[in-house]
Amino acid sequence: MDILYLLIPLSVVLVFFILGGLWWAIYRGQFEDIEAEGERILKND
Amino acid sequence: MKFPNAQATVYNDTVVRQFAIMTVVWGVVGMLVGVIIAAQLAWPELNLGISFLSYGRLRPLHTNAVIFAFGGCGLFATAYYVVQRTCQVRLFSDKLAAFTFWGWQLVILAAALSLPLGYTQGKEYAELEWPIDILITLVWVSFAVVFFGTVGTRKVRHIYVANWFFGAFIIAVAILHLVNSAAIPAGAMKSYSAYAGVQDAMVQWWYGHNAVGFFLTAGFLGMMYYFIPKQAGRPVYSYRLSIVHFWALIFTYMWAGPHHLHYTALPDWTQSVGMVFSLVLLAPSWGGMINGIMTLSGAWHKLRDDPILRFLIVSLSFYGMSTFEGPMMSIKTVNALSHYTDWTVGHVHSGALGWVGLVTMGSMYYLIPRLFGRKQMYSMKAVEIHFWTATIGIVIYIAAMWIAGVMQGLMWRAVNADGTLTYTFVESVKATYPFYVLRLAGGLLYLSGMLIMLWNVLKTATAGRATTVNIPAVAAHA
Repeated sequence: MDILYLLIPLSVVLVFFILGGLWWAIYRGQFEDIEAEGERILKND
Repeated sequence: MKFPNAQATVYNDTVVRQFAIMTVVWGVVGMLVGVIIAAQLAWPELNLGISFLSYGRLRPLHTNAVIFAFGGCGLFATAYYVVQRTCQVRLFSDKLAAFTFWGWQLVILAAALSLPLGYTQGKEYAELEWPIDILITLVWVSFAVVFFGTVGTRKVRHIYVANWFFGAFIIAVAILHLVNSAAIPAGAMKSYSAYAGVQDAMVQWWYGHNAVGFFLTAGFLGMMYYFIPKQAGRPVYSYRLSIVHFWALIFTYMWAGPHHLHYTALPDWTQSVGMVFSLVLLAPSWGGMINGIMTLSGAWHKLRDDPILRFLIVSLSFYGMSTFEGPMMSIKTVNALSHYTDWTVGHVHSGALGWVGLVTMGSMYYLIPRLFGRKQMYSMKAVEIHFWTATIGIVIYIAAMWIAGVMQGLMWRAVNADGTLTYTFVESVKATYPFYVLRLAGGLLYLSGMLIMLWNVLKTATAGRATTVNIPAVAAHA
């Protein structure tokens, strides 16, 4: 199953990439005052 | 603030309009081919002895047309619409956006010609030959540039949850396409996969199932998280849960693929890994489904007289059904019964017709009148009729396939006391005949609903006119 030497490292890289995204979102204040964000799309187009 | 799109005062709805109209057109085409091949399964003579019309060539045409032409155009249209509205900025590049439209139509045209001619890589949902694969790559990279460029130049600090789903869909599909379509060309329309044997099967289903997860789920969840709140006039039930839904889904999706290869040459432990990841997926999927449906909490009466909302909410119940059924079918002992039977076909169509189809139709019914400066569709009565024909069609389709599938599975495994098989294969085919006819009836109903939609959309478009919408003055903290 040589293909797993490609697919598993690829998944690991992706997980780190996703973790990076989550980290960015949390520490750049994307999730502050979170419920208000859900309402914002109703206010204006 | 140096980017030209950040200075623009109006949204780019031209490309959204183009993709929205083509969504409906390709929907009719793809579903028509589906109905034709459903009829061929009941009455094989319907291929008329013409190789271009044989089941083996039309079937990939059907799947490519409904997934990438109908679903794809719907995703382009809604992603471009939603990212502009929620970021309150014009699309990053008008030229690249126009390229994605014309390039994507060219891909579809190339598929419609090359598949009936018999050109195929032989990989399910990735049949298109290498020159078309290269065009897909160019279009997709442009899509990513336009989408992420727009997010990057946004005027609203917060990135709305729908954009996260669209973004994950764009990135994941790019990676899947590049890895799975890697091939050595051996002529203008001929190539050999870069992988062989079971390695190739593993890559194919790693691609195949993640295409379901990111193309047919994440992208359409982006649609759901924007259009349900808009149509209902209420914010999503729990915005917090929608964030959890997103991260949980993308962290756990990638390894469900091996469940397509149960009891094959794939190592047993890899199959089990696929099964476990598939079971885990039930949690985020149902979290998202409940979140979407509960958006109507306290306003259930809206379902009574709003057929568009009914499209959207019923699509979520089909999402819930198929994301329950999927994990169950991935359990190896259940799969021993269901695999290679029409149960799988029923499962796929409860997801495709029920979830992907209905959520796209509902979103288009919201979107299209607004794109043509009208308050609502030309005929709301026709929307209502479409809803019922589609829903009844789906129920007939999946019920027929469930019964057929379980019956086939039981017939194939039935063994006499002396160890010989009770039924020959052809006996199971014969027993399936009435269910193939029933499935055709369900498909015909679904297609007729789509034809009503096409008429209604054309009436709406001709009665209205293409409008330009102003970007509201920045209210949010930029």
